[in-house]
Amino acid sequence: MCLAVPGKIESIESDDALSRTGKVSFGGILKEVNLTLVPEASVGNYVLVHAGFAISTVNEEEASQTFEYLHQIEELGQSGESD
Amino acid sequence: MRYVDEFRDHEAAVRYVRQINRITTREWTIMEVCGGQTHAILKSGIDQLIPGKINLLHGPGCPVCVTAVELIDRAIAIASKENVIFCSFGDMLRVPGSSKDLISVRAEGGDIRTVYAPTDTIRIAYENPDREVVFFGIGFETTAPANATLVYQARQMNLKNLSILMAQVLIPPAMEAILSAPGNNVMGFLAAGHVCSVVGYDDYEHIVSKYNVPIVVTGFEPLDILQGIYMTIAQLEEGRAEVENQYRRAVRREGNITAQKIMGEVFNVVDRRWRGLGLIEKSGLALIHKYAEFDAEIRFGVEQLTAEESTECISGLILQGKKKPYDCPVFGSLCTPEYPLGATMVSSEGACAAYYRYRKEGTESIKQSGGKERP
Repeated sequence: MCLAVPGKIESIESDDALSRTGKVSFGGILKEVNLTLVPEASVGNYVLVHAGFAISTVNEEEASQTFEYLHQIEELGQSGESD
Repeated sequence: MRYVDEFRDHEAAVRYVRQINRITTREWTIMEVCGGQTHAILKSGIDQLIPGKINLLHGPGCPVCVTAVELIDRAIAIASKENVIFCSFGDMLRVPGSSKDLISVRAEGGDIRTVYAPTDTIRIAYENPDREVVFFGIGFETTAPANATLVYQARQMNLKNLSILMAQVLIPPAMEAILSAPGNNVMGFLAAGHVCSVVGYDDYEHIVSKYNVPIVVTGFEPLDILQGIYMTIAQLEEGRAEVENQYRRAVRREGNITAQKIMGEVFNVVDRRWRGLGLIEKSGLALIHKYAEFDAEIRFGVEQLTAEESTECISGLILQGKKKPYDCPVFGSLCTPEYPLGATMVSSEGACAAYYRYRKEGTESIKQSGGKERP
């Protein structure tokens, strides 16, 4: 129910403040999505889409932190072992 | 990056599991709040990969599962009326009410339609000016802005034949209800990431300080969940209790301000009854007075209904994390997705449905799970 799937904004069809809509690509499949809740998002951005609405713009810089964090805790573990 | 496959990488998952193993010294019980997370855990086999010392409880984060029986009965009463087109997310149609479900209303000739987006009902109302169109407004904070937009746009378009049956619920009050229940053994939470995308995570600060439990805002892919488990266990092992954000690519502390504005315009907070958890104060959303004309309960004046749940079903205890699906004597025998006795077997996010699907047919490996969900 709270499933939200990331997709890339390919075009913005209507930029009306109340009904901002656009085409979002999910691995190549285009769907019309309501973009009213993400006024900051533009073409090329990834958004999380739930029930036809984009609810959040994906922060591309933050996306790599899951992998950086893994490196950090592995280093922490190694330094712990060598103590 | 497409933000799906990368977070299902098998090698990185194995490395996360190794790190969780390294830091876990004793038994811990943590709850993943959202049913979407439960499904990801069962599907990718995370529950079988992590150390046996970690007990994962499955939380109440499935709106279909927690919708009270009397509300389902009310939906059935409205949907059975002549001249009504009743619109709903598909999951709700097979949830048992006291005596039947919405699917049987359809079989008896009721006009019941499944929609993908709440705002799809606007077109249906516009194209059927002589019919009453009702939308079953279920969901957590994640869905609330979409439901609010439906009502807001209906007002803008002056649609007189559209209304919403409000069943919206809020997650933080349910987490508090679980923590304050007698016999609670939840020591930490993986909070529902997409709920926090909308409302942020400031609300959790007081839960953390009041109950001294770590809360880690967590995403839905296997690596998100493994990182969330690691962060929660690290806090528990170090004796910390803080709000942390694992799902930083999608969640800001303040949430989505535009979404919160539209919710504030249309909804106010009310007490609401949850299936399995009972009445929880300030745990629901209703239409504010200004939008009362769109309230289906007022429009159809459905009388107070007394509802009875199946006596064999233990979904209430499952939703509170007190039992697991295997503890149920009728799991997989009298109760199956085809003939469900309770909502946790119906919903694609219910814990019983997850166990039935993934533990009966075996576990997919993380790498093979693909990225093909419908948006």
